[in-house]
Amino acid sequence: MATPPETSDANLLEVRGLTKIFGTLKACDHIDLTIGKGEIHALLGENGAGKSTLVKMLFGTLEPNAGEILWNGQPVRISNPHIARKLGIGMVFQHFSLFDALSAAENIALSLDDKTPISTIAAKAKALSYSYGLPLDPHSLVGDLSVGERQRIEIIRCLLQAPELIILDEPTAVLTPQEADKLFETLERLRAEGKSILYISHRLEEVKRICDRATVLRHGKVVDHCDPRQETAASLARMMVGSEVQAVVRPPVEDANNQAALLEVRKLSRAPATPFSIPLRDISLDVRAGEIIGIAGVAGNGQGEFFEAVSGEVQQADAGSVRIRGKDAGRLSITGRRLLGAAFVPEERLGHGAAPRMTLSENMLLSRHATDRKAFLGVAGVVRKHAISTASQRVIEEMDVRKSAPDPEAASLSGGNLQKFIVGRELDRRPAVMVINQPTWGVDAGAAAHIRQALIELARSGSAVLVISQDLDELFEISDAIAVMHNGMLSRPIPIAEATLEKIGLLMGGAEPGHVEHSREPA
Amino acid sequence: MGMLEAILITIATAATPLLIAAIGELVVERSGVLNLGVEGMMVMGAVTGFGVALISGSPWLGFLAAILVGALFSLLFAFLTLTLVTNQVATGLALTLLGLGVSGMLGESFVGLPGVKLGSIYIPVLTDLPLVGKFLFGQDPIFYLSLLLTGSVGYFLFRTRAGLTLRSVGDNHASAHALGINVILIRYLAVMFGGACAGLAGGYLSIVYTPQWVENMTAGRGWIALALVVFASWRPWRVLAGAYLFGAVTIGQLHAQALGIGVPSQLLSSLPYLATVVVLVLISGNRRLTMVNTPASLGRPFVPDR
Amino acid sequence: MRIELVKRPQRSALFSALSPFIALALTLVAGAIMFSLLGKNPLDALYYYFIDPLREVWSLHELAVKAAPLILIAIGLSVCFLSNNWNIGAEGQFIMGAVAGSILPVMYPDFQSWVVLPLMLIMGMAGGAAYAAVPALLKTRFNTNEILTSLMLVYVAQLFLDWMVRGPWRNPQGMNFPETRNFHEYAILPEIWASSGRAHWGFIFALVAAVAVWFMLSKTLRGYEVKVLGQSPRAGRFAGFSSAKMVFFAFVVSGALAGLAGISEVSGAIGQLRPTISPGYGFTAIIVAFLGRLNPLGIVAAGLVLALSYLGGEAAQISIGVSDKVARAFQGLLLFFVLGADTLIHYRIRFVATGSRKLEASHGNA
Repeated sequence: MATPPETSDANLLEVRGLTKIFGTLKACDHIDLTIGKGEIHALLGENGAGKSTLVKMLFGTLEPNAGEILWNGQPVRISNPHIARKLGIGMVFQHFSLFDALSAAENIALSLDDKTPISTIAAKAKALSYSYGLPLDPHSLVGDLSVGERQRIEIIRCLLQAPELIILDEPTAVLTPQEADKLFETLERLRAEGKSILYISHRLEEVKRICDRATVLRHGKVVDHCDPRQETAASLARMMVGSEVQAVVRPPVEDANNQAALLEVRKLSRAPATPFSIPLRDISLDVRAGEIIGIAGVAGNGQGEFFEAVSGEVQQADAGSVRIRGKDAGRLSITGRRLLGAAFVPEERLGHGAAPRMTLSENMLLSRHATDRKAFLGVAGVVRKHAISTASQRVIEEMDVRKSAPDPEAASLSGGNLQKFIVGRELDRRPAVMVINQPTWGVDAGAAAHIRQALIELARSGSAVLVISQDLDELFEISDAIAVMHNGMLSRPIPIAEATLEKIGLLMGGAEPGHVEHSREPA
Repeated sequence: MGMLEAILITIATAATPLLIAAIGELVVERSGVLNLGVEGMMVMGAVTGFGVALISGSPWLGFLAAILVGALFSLLFAFLTLTLVTNQVATGLALTLLGLGVSGMLGESFVGLPGVKLGSIYIPVLTDLPLVGKFLFGQDPIFYLSLLLTGSVGYFLFRTRAGLTLRSVGDNHASAHALGINVILIRYLAVMFGGACAGLAGGYLSIVYTPQWVENMTAGRGWIALALVVFASWRPWRVLAGAYLFGAVTIGQLHAQALGIGVPSQLLSSLPYLATVVVLVLISGNRRLTMVNTPASLGRPFVPDR
Repeated sequence: MRIELVKRPQRSALFSALSPFIALALTLVAGAIMFSLLGKNPLDALYYYFIDPLREVWSLHELAVKAAPLILIAIGLSVCFLSNNWNIGAEGQFIMGAVAGSILPVMYPDFQSWVVLPLMLIMGMAGGAAYAAVPALLKTRFNTNEILTSLMLVYVAQLFLDWMVRGPWRNPQGMNFPETRNFHEYAILPEIWASSGRAHWGFIFALVAAVAVWFMLSKTLRGYEVKVLGQSPRAGRFAGFSSAKMVFFAFVVSGALAGLAGISEVSGAIGQLRPTISPGYGFTAIIVAFLGRLNPLGIVAAGLVLALSYLGGEAAQISIGVSDKVARAFQGLLLFFVLGADTLIHYRIRFVATGSRKLEASHGNA
């Protein structure tokens, strides 16, 4: 059961009854939290549990509606980030608060409140970055850097302020397993220096590994304080979700070797479309009926460009570079590829997979106006509203989409519910080929399990499913083989039985496939 | 004074209002706001500048009034787009339409009256230098101010911490907000600076360039200033180059009309507008250049969660 | 005091309907204040602006004459603005439509037949559409900002018309006035109801266009495409819609309607080409489009309101001696209020007294 937070002089930060209300939603509801000196404290919770809202209040970007914050035993009001930094609170943001058009040193300068010249900042940042083993070129333009390098800037920027408390929001979400190990070393060193760390994550294994204590949030409330080392991943998950999470069931593929390849990619290359995008180099891949192939990789290694090329949002010059159900599709538009039986779900829900200010039934038409022309459109392209809302209702029931109005705007749904709708919209067609980018990014555990299970069922019913994801746990859960994308190149798919976290991680970090094959050999 | 020098000076006089207005808009756009109301703010500056100079007899009071009115007028735009988060394109158009309407109303009694002129400076010896003396040392004070403005804005944007902060807001307002930078305040200040510059540019038109008030006398110069910012890919010294290029086109076609070279005067008059289109095509066709230089938040609405 | 916006979960249907009326009311209040400052009785002034022109039949006809071009242009603009294409060069397309439509009566005055008028209307639409296709081409081909190019082309069109009526098309029997010959009877757009006033078929065209475009926008896949590409281009691309084709569609439709407005004005209301054929209809139509909330049926009502402000301007000048320039200031103000009031559709507005943020140290259980 919940152990009450102890109050002692050793506490660096103490939070009592902190509450934040958005409209009618209590994002944080009387949160209590204490962080001791030299402690790594985990903040656990699902997407939407209120973690980000809580840390934004601690860093001053949001003001609480009620409650108090004590810093070294003194009540403080943190009304903006300048005050937070002055107190000694530093933050590493999940989605980074960086500026692509500026250099690393300029980015760092922007969060330092004194007027130190940029050249001095650059020198200090460089020295500090090397001392922590996170080398950084202060003059490089952030827009040109990889995700891992960007995070280094965030961390160095934070450390340059010599903070007492460092807040890290989902820091490993964008890292390879090896990069994450490196980060953990840094965190342990900081703890040894007496710094406190508030570590936000939903990855239970790493919390168990590095955190001293944990506070678990659910629906905006603290449900438990615990010592993560005394818990199992399963018990932590139960605290977060509030009930047993349904395990995803993955039956074996029947007659795997005799299935036809429904999606074939042949030597697909693509020049970079914008100055900041990644070229695709010579990608080949088959996805057979009945199987799910996963594509792992650190964000920004060409996954978005690959999705555009495979879906037909961007067409290729070579018709044979993408084949769907045995037909050349490289020069077809996304509509043409859909008509061949393919379906696509992009990474971004709002503004890509769905038009935010349109209702769910209007969004139904977005990807299906051509494939369901007969059902959805009448003469002269008149939209049959009734047929569409019937179909939309069917998807809503099938996927258990929770909503507040009969036919709400897409933007008003939670991330998980909108994603269920978007995936369900495609599943409802029973597509022969499904390509999905980040299927459960930012989605709560219940919805994620539902979506993953639906993808497996689609594959086992005879479709070919290609899943692009940064979430390795997810890929290991649902894929029959995993390929890794790095710098616009794709590795050979590794059958799931042979895939290990270490092997995939090395490929994500850019190791030569041959080298990884060797590392598999027992030492 | 030689013929060439005389032409150079008229080019400078035609370029100065474009330069001032475009430099102001450059600062606005660097902060991530697209204010298409330059024409409206400029014409408001022109009418108040002319009127106040006429009534007070002092061109300097005229300029001061033009600056104030430009800044106040831009405040309307700032309130709508930054506080009420209206569409920036539509609101900028509204500002232009309002400015043209209100200035026509205010200026009705000024039509046909002779304006108050602003003298050129005179420095003994230097101004009398042959060939370049009058061009370098004998122009009106606002000409020198426009050069100073270009240099200071360049220094401010790329050499000072405040300029860095302004650019960061234009690049990514969400990040800037997360770091505790007051995005809305900075944008208000930038928009008002742009308004002040546009007002001054308008005042220059009605006090120096053609010392009189004519309805719609800006004749699209506010829009050309907007195009110059794109042409210059948001860099102050390139704005200067662009403004003088347009000044040259404007003066060149006027001279061609005076010479009567057998081309319809209307065609010559349309050259500055056609040149704007051509220049935009040449610059925008280079997608890489525009992508890298355009402030990433330009024209995007920003509402902080609270 | 500070103003904070709170995002509504759904767009407010109430304020969607109410916002144009809020804007009109605010404009009237501002107008009343303005007239008081000018030393006029505000009630008198507002009466002459908004009531007096509605009292007589001939004056209602004039209203329809002025409203026709505003409505036609604004309907086209609604397609552009909804698809996020900022065509602000309708004034130029109006002029080029008028010029192209005048080719037959000016250059071939002896060709007199009932086919002349339909041909003129078609050529007018083609002229406007072709002129609008220029910024569309530059946008799709060279990524050029269509706001600036379409606007620059307005000045070019005005100068072109000026050259035509002073140069090649000047009336040979016109005593050197800068105008073309008068159109012959087959080239005149007839009045709707000739015995009672001047209103011509242009107004009928406007009503037909309103219904047709309303149907297209609200009932068909094409209308859906317009809105999706306007709201989120990436979602539109995901749907398989081509934004380049949409740029052309929107510009060509609005150019054709502006061109139709132009030739209707010349052939219905003026009867010849002159150096100036529009009191800024192409720009005022921007206000009409927004006041009508970009809905063609709303635009019909909005077009009548703005046409009234033109007539009222003239009436007030005659009766109480207020300059007709005041009308332009009014129109500009109206657009500001329309845009401001639209904020209420998506946001709730909250006034917060500065420094009084409550921070109760409550520690109650949840």
